[in-house]
Amino acid sequence: MSIIEANELTRTFRSGRQSVEAVRGVNLRVEAGEIVGFLGPNGAGKTTTLRMLTTLLRPTSGTARIAGADLATAPREVRRRIGYVAQYGGTDPNALVEEELFLQARLYRIPVAPARRRVADLLERLDLGGLGKRRVGSLSGGQRRRLDIALGLVHDPQVVFLDEPTAGLDPHSRNNLWEHTRRLREDLGTTVFLTTHYLDEADALCDRISVIDHGRIVAEDTPANLKRQLASDVLTVEVVGDPAAGQRLLAELPGVRHAAVTSTGGIQVTLADAEQGITDVITALSGAGIGVRALQLARASLDDVFLSLTGRELRDDPQGRHSSIPTTEGADHVPAR
Amino acid sequence: MSLLVDIMLVFQRHLRISLRNPLWIVIGLSQPVAFLVLYGPLMTSTLSITGVAPERAWQTYVPGVLVQLCLFGSAFVGFGVIAEWRGGVIERLRVTPVSRVALLLGRVLRDVALLVVQAVMLVLVALPLGLRASVPGVLVALGVVTLLSLGLACLSCALALTVKSEDTLGPTLNTGLMPLLLLSGVLLPMSFAPRWLDLVSRLTPFRYIVDGMRSAFQGEVFTVTVLSTVLVALSISVLSVLLGVRTYLRQSA
Ligand SMILES: Nc1ncnc2c1ncn2[C@@H]1O[C@H](COP(=O)(O)OP(=O)(O)OP(=O)(O)O)[C@@H](O)[C@H]1O
Ligand SMILES: [Mg+2]
Repeated sequence: MSIIEANELTRTFRSGRQSVEAVRGVNLRVEAGEIVGFLGPNGAGKTTTLRMLTTLLRPTSGTARIAGADLATAPREVRRRIGYVAQYGGTDPNALVEEELFLQARLYRIPVAPARRRVADLLERLDLGGLGKRRVGSLSGGQRRRLDIALGLVHDPQVVFLDEPTAGLDPHSRNNLWEHTRRLREDLGTTVFLTTHYLDEADALCDRISVIDHGRIVAEDTPANLKRQLASDVLTVEVVGDPAAGQRLLAELPGVRHAAVTSTGGIQVTLADAEQGITDVITALSGAGIGVRALQLARASLDDVFLSLTGRELRDDPQGRHSSIPTTEGADHVPAR
Repeated sequence: MSLLVDIMLVFQRHLRISLRNPLWIVIGLSQPVAFLVLYGPLMTSTLSITGVAPERAWQTYVPGVLVQLCLFGSAFVGFGVIAEWRGGVIERLRVTPVSRVALLLGRVLRDVALLVVQAVMLVLVALPLGLRASVPGVLVALGVVTLLSLGLACLSCALALTVKSEDTLGPTLNTGLMPLLLLSGVLLPMSFAPRWLDLVSRLTPFRYIVDGMRSAFQGEVFTVTVLSTVLVALSISVLSVLLGVRTYLRQSA
């Protein structure tokens, strides 16, 4: 039995005369010990889905079982077994850091002495050591976010739902949290269901990814499979010789989706899978007497997957990382042999 | 049992937060003390002119200030609930197995505790100013204050969680409370009122509360006036707690 099972969950919000179908039939299966990423553009219905799965919001229709307990008939059992970190947190600015953690532990009925140890341990592990006596309101944004996360983990839940846990964290804290998440899974078999707008995060951390758009799941697979199916690796070759001849040659190769001469006289080759394609490209070119001066490879990213699924960027990115020709930003530079 | 533990945990949390901010003691007390010191003498001499003995005047005035403290002190606790709801604190706590009833009662009991402390201080401050009152009577009055503030605080929390907006809560409370306060005879006894006003005032619950507390201060305990006051306060309290509990239970999945 899956640890998270959602069947045709829907949620319609009514505000005045308008109604918003925030979630329109979400089905989910997550196995115990999986780390699953829940991705989607703003307003796709991620938070709404999470609030339903964590008993905060009654679904308009549909059912779900979390850690063996039914959402509708045994919400209290569900609550005992899960942890939740909300998108915007939930700490009281006037409380002290350790007070918040201790209260949380006690609400889950961890006895007083173990609760104290647990609080100290979590403060340490989430880089909050020495901040226990501080007022929550005096924490920095990232520190407060780490406190939110600590609060969701206080009772070693079987399943944790993290709504954009790393939004606003610096790279060090993000890496730290990834480590922590992986360790949770290794040590305790914790199942993690998280939303994120960082595709590198989903790629690095998640075993599986569900993409939600307009309240529906539009794709679900491992990051590698999604990239293979929905995005391409782009190889740029600088040649000694006639690029047009090279382009005609490469366009015929199996595994090459598209080949074009660039404005700078290179050849841009779109490959289904660079791991196999790159050798074929070099072999074909040298066979035809065309020398290779340099190679540059831009691996398929989840950004491309996302764009092809939803037609939208995951975030409104001011730098606009996407254009019709993928940039070489983040590309592996492969020197010619 | 588990419910009691939850209530205690929530109560302690809120109490700690309050006690860490000593400003509330100053602010919370300054108004009633101002009413006693700056307005009390004026009030008592006005009452004396109408033939009320000075001793009686304080016995009339102090219960009124107590009810006023109670009304305004507890009715506005809903603002704190809205702030918590905005900050996500309520949702965070609702994901834990904590009893929803404890989230209401633990919080409200903190407010009641603070209010009772303020009420006791108020009575103590009134003593050197000239208040003479029967000890059992004052204890009964404090009991009424406790019941009343429990009820009002629950109502306020329920209303807050329903409207979820300070801009709605404030005017709603003011509109509701102001006439109740004026009709209760807090400031001047309703016995001075014209007949129609006296009648209207008898239709509001606080009239009985104020009358009964005045009688209690004068030493009555087992009289119809005082007992009916206790009964009114108890009913307000029970109904409001039930309404609050219902709201808190409803607002969850
Ligand atoms: N309480 C509410 N009342 C009315 N509409 C709501 C409510 N909560 C969410 N919505 C609407 O439901 C839709 C989904 O919102 P949701 O918060 O689930 O999106 P999201 O995927 O979490 O987005 P983001 O990435 O911006 O956090 C949006 O159109 C939102 O405006
Ligand atoms: Mg969201």
